[in-house]
Amino acid sequence: MKENSLLYAQDLRLYFRTTRGAVQAVDRVSFTMDRRQALAVLGESGCGKSSLARAILRLLPRNVHTYSGELFLNNQDLMSMGEESFRQEVRWSGISLVAQAAMNSLNPVVRVGEQVAEPLEINQHLNRREARDRVRELLQMVGVPEDFLNRYPFELSGGMRQRVVIAMALVADPYLVILDEPTSALDVLTQANIMNVLKRIKEEKSTSFLLITHDIATSSELADQVAVMYAGQLVEVSDAASFFYQPLHPYSRKLMASVPRLRGGEKPEFIPGQPPSLINPPGGCRFANRCPFRFDRCQEDPPLVKVEQERWVKCWLYSADEES
Amino acid sequence: MMTALWELRRYPSALVGLALILTLTGVAIYGVIAIPYNEALRLWRGGGDIWIEHPRNAQPEWVNLFPGNNLPKTIILSSREGGTKRVQVESGELKSVQISLGFDYRYDDFPSELNLFFDPKFKERPPHVSLFWLTPDGRRLTLGDRSVGPSERYAVSLDQRLARRLDGNPPEVGLFADPAAPTLQPLKGEYTLLAEGLLFEKGADLDVRLVVYGQVHGLAGTDHLRRDITVALLWGTAVALAFGLLAAVGSSICTLIIAAIGVWYGGWADASIQRVTELNMILPALPILILVGTLYSRSIWVILGIVILLGIFSASIKVYRAIFLQVRESPYIEASRAYGAGNLRIILLYMVPRVIPVLVPGFVTLIPAFVFLEASLAILGLGDPVLPTWGKVLNDAQQNGALYKGYYYWVLGPAVLLMITGLGFAMIGLSMDRIFNPRLREL
Amino acid sequence: MQDEPLLEVRDLHVWFGLRRWGFGHAGVVRAVDGVSFTLRPGEAAAVVGESGSGKSTLAKAILGLNRPAKGQVIFEGKPLDSLKPREMRWYRSQLGYVQQDPYGALPPFMSVRRILGEPLVINKVGSKPEREQRIREALEEVKLTPVEDFLPKFPHMLSGGQQQRVVIARSTIMQPRLLVADEPVSMLDASVRVEILELLQKQQEAHNLLLIYITHDLSTARHFVQRILVMYAAKIVEQASVEQLLDNPLHPYTRALIAAIPEPDPENAATFKDVPPGEPPSLLHPPTGCRFHPRCPAFMKGICDVKEPPDFEPQVGHLVACWLYERGQVES
Ligand SMILES: Nc1ncnc2c1ncn2[C@@H]1O[C@H](COP(=O)(O)OP(=O)(O)OP(=O)(O)O)[C@@H](O)[C@H]1O
Ligand SMILES: Nc1ncnc2c1ncn2[C@@H]1O[C@H](COP(=O)(O)OP(=O)(O)OP(=O)(O)O)[C@@H](O)[C@H]1O
Ligand code: SF4
Ligand SMILES: [Mg+2]
Ligand SMILES: [Mg+2]
Repeated sequence: MKENSLLYAQDLRLYFRTTRGAVQAVDRVSFTMDRRQALAVLGESGCGKSSLARAILRLLPRNVHTYSGELFLNNQDLMSMGEESFRQEVRWSGISLVAQAAMNSLNPVVRVGEQVAEPLEINQHLNRREARDRVRELLQMVGVPEDFLNRYPFELSGGMRQRVVIAMALVADPYLVILDEPTSALDVLTQANIMNVLKRIKEEKSTSFLLITHDIATSSELADQVAVMYAGQLVEVSDAASFFYQPLHPYSRKLMASVPRLRGGEKPEFIPGQPPSLINPPGGCRFANRCPFRFDRCQEDPPLVKVEQERWVKCWLYSADEES
Repeated sequence: MMTALWELRRYPSALVGLALILTLTGVAIYGVIAIPYNEALRLWRGGGDIWIEHPRNAQPEWVNLFPGNNLPKTIILSSREGGTKRVQVESGELKSVQISLGFDYRYDDFPSELNLFFDPKFKERPPHVSLFWLTPDGRRLTLGDRSVGPSERYAVSLDQRLARRLDGNPPEVGLFADPAAPTLQPLKGEYTLLAEGLLFEKGADLDVRLVVYGQVHGLAGTDHLRRDITVALLWGTAVALAFGLLAAVGSSICTLIIAAIGVWYGGWADASIQRVTELNMILPALPILILVGTLYSRSIWVILGIVILLGIFSASIKVYRAIFLQVRESPYIEASRAYGAGNLRIILLYMVPRVIPVLVPGFVTLIPAFVFLEASLAILGLGDPVLPTWGKVLNDAQQNGALYKGYYYWVLGPAVLLMITGLGFAMIGLSMDRIFNPRLREL
Repeated sequence: MQDEPLLEVRDLHVWFGLRRWGFGHAGVVRAVDGVSFTLRPGEAAAVVGESGSGKSTLAKAILGLNRPAKGQVIFEGKPLDSLKPREMRWYRSQLGYVQQDPYGALPPFMSVRRILGEPLVINKVGSKPEREQRIREALEEVKLTPVEDFLPKFPHMLSGGQQQRVVIARSTIMQPRLLVADEPVSMLDASVRVEILELLQKQQEAHNLLLIYITHDLSTARHFVQRILVMYAAKIVEQASVEQLLDNPLHPYTRALIAAIPEPDPENAATFKDVPPGEPPSLLHPPTGCRFHPRCPAFMKGICDVKEPPDFEPQVGHLVACWLYERGQVES
């Protein structure tokens, strides 16, 4: 375990029970996050990104099949914590979440200001005045005009609601904020605005972010580190600069090539085939059936190995070097 | 859809429900095959002497399965079968005939009734007969003499003079009572009815049939008209299932189509359907049906038609409307408009099929509701005039004060069948709801 | 390229009355408010705009699915509003429509065979075996092979990309001349998007279709069409060829849009994006004059907020509705 890391996950698993078998939504995921960093988790729809967020925050549905692995926040073992202390010490005050489509699940009958203030009054035992001042400060930081405090969610545009939701996640001053697709439903200009807001918060408040998205281009606005997820597993973990310069894993390369670029660059390419089912996924490398570099070895499960400083890849193309 | 139905097998309650329904269906099919339609009508109309050998208001036979019960079954003896008959020429044309009908009586209770039926053959002078009753303890009672006209019958139980001779006990009791016992109780053993007749003509003959009516009969007992209730239960099952199914199918499909039409055309079409529905929801259905039943026709087909008609504009039209409002906006409808589908096609082939999965569970629970409705109407005396149904059995039972007089079995059969119907369909319907309504599935 | 125009949209207005409690009008949403453009056969054009800018409403007006309050859609010189029901049927057979949500666009209770057969049946095309033949060809064209495997499938048995291919097969099975694709890939994964867009492009080229690709994503538009129409608040503010528009965007809104679109580049993290303040206006009460003026960095008081800018053409084939170009000057 890496000392002094902010979040450390080792062999994290979250499987769901279904009638057709266990869905391996998060399968042996390991990564380390440093303080004041942003980690972007990239991957296609259904690869398990939201499930990873759930696993970290222990927001488990009823049909959990397996939930195991190691998880440390500031060197504190989260897995051994009781449900009650986890709720009080970790959730929201340690790690908070901006859930996927959260902006559409604001309580429609409670004014925006009160909604943001609620966790303050409940958890931090602030009185109304203090809470209100704090909310005002937060909303200002995310760029919500002050007179919006007394409005109802439906009176706000999508961008404004998303800002409100971000403010709610920041209310308890957590070490880490998990953002699940915070901008994918928004327009380009609004998206740029929100990314600006997040950048500012990261600079001013030294909050760390775990940014879950399928949009590589947007992730580059915030990420210091990138983790690529494929079929429930991390296939590449890398520092952002090297990743965007040259992704290593065949899937990462393909993913990068599929991004349509506005300036320069070639025409985007698609990735033929489909990701495997997460119920009884094939043994060996899960990307093998779509991989242009596939060879015999790929029938075995490759390990996630370190190939450079700050770069890990789960692919036999890179492990072979290590062994020889 | 098929896969959803296949999933049903994982719900035990659905399986039980299915078993119940299949049993009922089996009963219905058996009933319809065993008793053809005309036969069923004839039987239920009664008349003639169809039921004359059946006891009145007898309990079902299975009551004897309870310990301590040993109630008599009906005993039928005839000089042609089972009895003995001797004919002697006395002189010239005059013949004497001696008929002896003997039976072993081993029940703990008295018969419910005694009847003698004569079947004489003569041209001008009817035969004359003297009747005697021989008891196991050797007593010989004279039941009287009579001259036997065509299809003559002697209702022993109604013979007041005989009753008086038997210490005022009704004959079916007095004739079987044990004189040695302190309380009234039947004497067990061989009884014989002796009929000594005189035939006055050449070619004349006489046959006698004795019916000792029991207190139990068949699977379901009999009613006040001696009719075997089993007939009504068998046919009633077929009628109930058919009525429920037809009414449910008819009203659901019409409701669906009308709701779809309202939503698709909107405007005044939608508004008028809404208003009619609201009106119909305020107007109680039962009085309307009673009115139709009393003033127009009680035929089950007419009632079925009215039930479907009233069922169309029911609360469910509002439910479907809400769903259709969503369906109307779905992209595939818009696409179909773009490639030129007409209104009727969109309604029937694009909107209605979309809602059928939603409809199925409700539809399944609708069937028993209509079965109950039909029964209620029959109980109120508005049942089909000719068909035997559960409701009519209940209606008879109620009119004859069945419960007051202790004829519980009269109500029991139809009530149990109604309950099984309700239960069976409800169990399937609820499981279907879980399958089609995934939000309930976790429960 | 000097064909007659296939589609002309002339001063099109589509308004929706908002009803309040079933009585009276709460106002009018001007979802499309004075849009004009002309497109030729075989052209591929994109309508790019933000959510709520009126793109889908415009598409539906072209498809004859909603009724314009003012203005005209003219196909092959025939205004839609003058078509008799039979001609309308003919017009519909000249159109293909690809929607945003592939799953929603397919009736869930029909098999692929039936879905593709419906337009043919409705338009009384061919005999049964001929129709079956067309269905098979259509599936092959969208590469859903082996065809036998896909014919009996229901939409929920297909992946999103496959569903969208069925939608495309359906939209082209009548061999239309105009294909309207309303955000055909926005619900799909990035890895599949390109595949679907390439397919659309192939169909467009193979059948010489006029393709109208509606999207909020300028980056994909760039790779798959030749002409771009930028829509803002119910109006088209700029139209030009892809090269003209990207190399030399003229309208301040287009410029802001292009500046805001990120590329996968680690440098992004170090810089803040320059985004115009505010949000797109309500279409219930749009701003006077130029609709972008409250957010515009080049706003000229007394002009922009007073009069609506008409289309100027500072370069050949490059139309822009902005007062900056009143005298035809082009800033670089
Ligand atoms: N409670 C659950 N029970 C069973 N399966 C689940 C459950 N939640 C998620 N899954 C499955 O787990 C897989 C991963 O889902 P997840 O929501 O984590 O994906 P995602 O990467 O967030 O996708 P998206 O980009 O669409 O949000 C999917 O195949 C999903 O169907
Ligand atoms: N049937 C309708 N009744 C009332 N308003 C409508 C209707 N359809 C669309 N609108 C309004 O018209 C405006 C334009 O809608 P439209 O769907 O054309 O936008 P769009 O550009 O396609 O947006 P998106 O990218 O979200 O699909 C929106 O403000 C919308 O609310
Ligand atoms: S017309 Fe004026 S306000 Fe509108 S975009 Fe041009 S400069 Fe800006
Ligand atoms: Mg997710
Ligand atoms: Mg749209």
